[in-house]
Amino acid sequence: MNKALSSLGPSDISIKSKWCKGCRICVAICPKKVLAMDAQHKATVVNPEACNRCRMCETHCPDFAIEIGVKET
Amino acid sequence: MQEHLETYLRMERLPHIWCPGCGNGIVLGSLVKAIHELGYDQDKTVIVSGIGCSSRAAGYMDFNTLHTTHGRALAFATGVKLAKPELKVFVLMGDGDATAIGGNHFIHAARRNMDMTAIIFNNNIYGMTGGQYSPLTPEDRRATTAPYGTIERNFDLAELAKAAGATYVARSTTYHNSLLTRLMVAAARHKGFSVVEAITACPVAYGRRNKLGDGADMLLAQKENAVTVKQAESMGKDELAGKIVIGELYQAEAPEYTELYQQIIQRAQARASKGCN
Amino acid sequence: MSQLVNMARLMQGNEAVAEGALAAGIRFFAGYPITPSTEVAEILAERLPEVGGKFIQMEDEIASMAAIIGASLAGVKSLTATSGPGFSLKQENLGYATMAEVPCVVVNVQRSGPSTGIPTAPAQGDVMQARWGTHGDHPAIALCPASVAECFDLTVRAVNFAEKYRTPVILLMDEVIGHMRERVVLPPADQVMVVDRKKPAVGPDRYYAYRPDEDGVPPMANFGEGYRYHVTGLVHDEAGNPSTNPKIAEQLIYRLHNKIDSRLDEIVAVEEMETADAEVVVVAYGGVARSARRAVKEARQAGLPVGLIRPITIWPFPEQAIHQLADRAKRFVVAEMNLGQLRGEVERVVKGRAMVTGVNRVDGELVTPAEILAAIKEVG
Repeated sequence: MNKALSSLGPSDISIKSKWCKGCRICVAICPKKVLAMDAQHKATVVNPEACNRCRMCETHCPDFAIEIGVKET
Repeated sequence: MQEHLETYLRMERLPHIWCPGCGNGIVLGSLVKAIHELGYDQDKTVIVSGIGCSSRAAGYMDFNTLHTTHGRALAFATGVKLAKPELKVFVLMGDGDATAIGGNHFIHAARRNMDMTAIIFNNNIYGMTGGQYSPLTPEDRRATTAPYGTIERNFDLAELAKAAGATYVARSTTYHNSLLTRLMVAAARHKGFSVVEAITACPVAYGRRNKLGDGADMLLAQKENAVTVKQAESMGKDELAGKIVIGELYQAEAPEYTELYQQIIQRAQARASKGCN
Repeated sequence: MSQLVNMARLMQGNEAVAEGALAAGIRFFAGYPITPSTEVAEILAERLPEVGGKFIQMEDEIASMAAIIGASLAGVKSLTATSGPGFSLKQENLGYATMAEVPCVVVNVQRSGPSTGIPTAPAQGDVMQARWGTHGDHPAIALCPASVAECFDLTVRAVNFAEKYRTPVILLMDEVIGHMRERVVLPPADQVMVVDRKKPAVGPDRYYAYRPDEDGVPPMANFGEGYRYHVTGLVHDEAGNPSTNPKIAEQLIYRLHNKIDSRLDEIVAVEEMETADAEVVVVAYGGVARSARRAVKEARQAGLPVGLIRPITIWPFPEQAIHQLADRAKRFVVAEMNLGQLRGEVERVVKGRAMVTGVNRVDGELVTPAEILAAIKEVG
């Protein structure tokens, strides 16, 4: 897990919990099952290594709460 | 996206007021991206809106923003644009706002072909007041004011716009928001009155009552129900029932109002100077 | 302006309104055809483009009001003209202009009502609508001309008040004045005092669109000039952002009132005639004031101590002037083409110190001098 995170960079998928209203759109739309809802009904990253940066979550988040970073080369 | 938000939104006003799963934020995001692509000067761009959930979008945008009265956004926008044609004007409205109380303004704005872009957030319901049916609520749907189902036929917004004289008409959904952004860009670049219908989910006041699931379910349903203009061409009427046709639906050339008025000014001034001599 | 303007001309009241509008710097008109105000639109349709201004005939009265607000926010002085039914339709957006503090002028050439009434007949039945037509607590400025020359002057004044106080101003005419023709000499353009809205003294980064100066009026940046702010009819804070905070709501509504109420000496105007020793004071405005003048003259010729007070500013109501006259007067005769809309205001101010009677007509005919004279003689 730690290894996978570091390969992606820890801030690659950033979720502003304060803005997340828990609609679960990001979870439903992610083709790689990277996201899940946590106990507080907020989106959270559970499978970061699977992220293919399609940005579906980012562009469909109605609350501007998700940002996918640009992968460093 | 985040840097666009910081440039174009009044960040201190966020998070916005919209309910969990409401698609209005997605439409707002598309508009922000479209304006960025258009490269419009924020100082020279005016965002006009009516009254309703979607019309609150104007307040979050770092532009000259004008949140007007219910249904009247296009009439206010007409004053802004005619007074200062150099300003870029976007008009954000909801479905009830634009086609019920604002229906008259809508058809006449289309007829005049003044250069502005109307973006209608179509969530099929009056959301702000808690779920009353609108002219864009499909038949046989439940609303607080249609507890036994709607019996009124709904408008097809795009057909209405086209028939009234709009010279650019397009439709997309919040699911297809990259397309939505592209259509907004094309609409704004089009000279004349352009209309973009954005299909957006209202899970709280519409979806729940009609057993359409939550915001995520409604968003995915847009994906299922959408057909492109091209696909639609080869589909029959029955096949198209319940489908959402997305893409550029209509485009035409017609003289633009403020340019025509500029000619009126030249004509009047020429006549007046002749009269003096 | 050409020399022609300064020559004596036979002119209609509505035409003088159009001329006054142009002289005051009105460069945008949006309207909808309605009797008996249509001439204002017709003249401005022709004249505005000559001076680079804009005219548009909108789809309805509501849209006309909306369009002038939009144009004013874009920095262009704006006016619309209408009559009774149209005035009713404009009320919602009139309230918007009050709340969002957008300068604009609404000309209402009053006709008989309610509803369609007699479209070509005069009335003064919109006095209270001019005060309370839009919902919510709000201030109102309404000016009431009684001659063609005054149509010009008060249109200029209405535009100036709108700009100075950032508020809609109503020019409350009646069909008599709107359609009457009189000889007038318009002042040359350089003799017309024109007031422009206050511009911000600070840069965009320090600008709060609804933060008032000491006079209660916030400086106004026009759209497109680099100051980006939010305009809304919702209760809003100093930045223009919507708020439901009771304190902000209260402060805003009080400020909207105070910016007008604290300037009554600048705003309120009356004409008094023979009031110094008057025991009977006729109160009349607009078209009826002309009959009242004649009646007072005749009463004086008959040796009766009668005077006239004519509110030029009908809202805010000239309380101070009426209050002072009530010290001496035994009776007020309020003549108006309605069933006593302004009489109620006079009674409120007189507070029983004098008798208040009315001469009222609602048949679409002007109150005559003889009727006023008869009322003067009735008791006194």
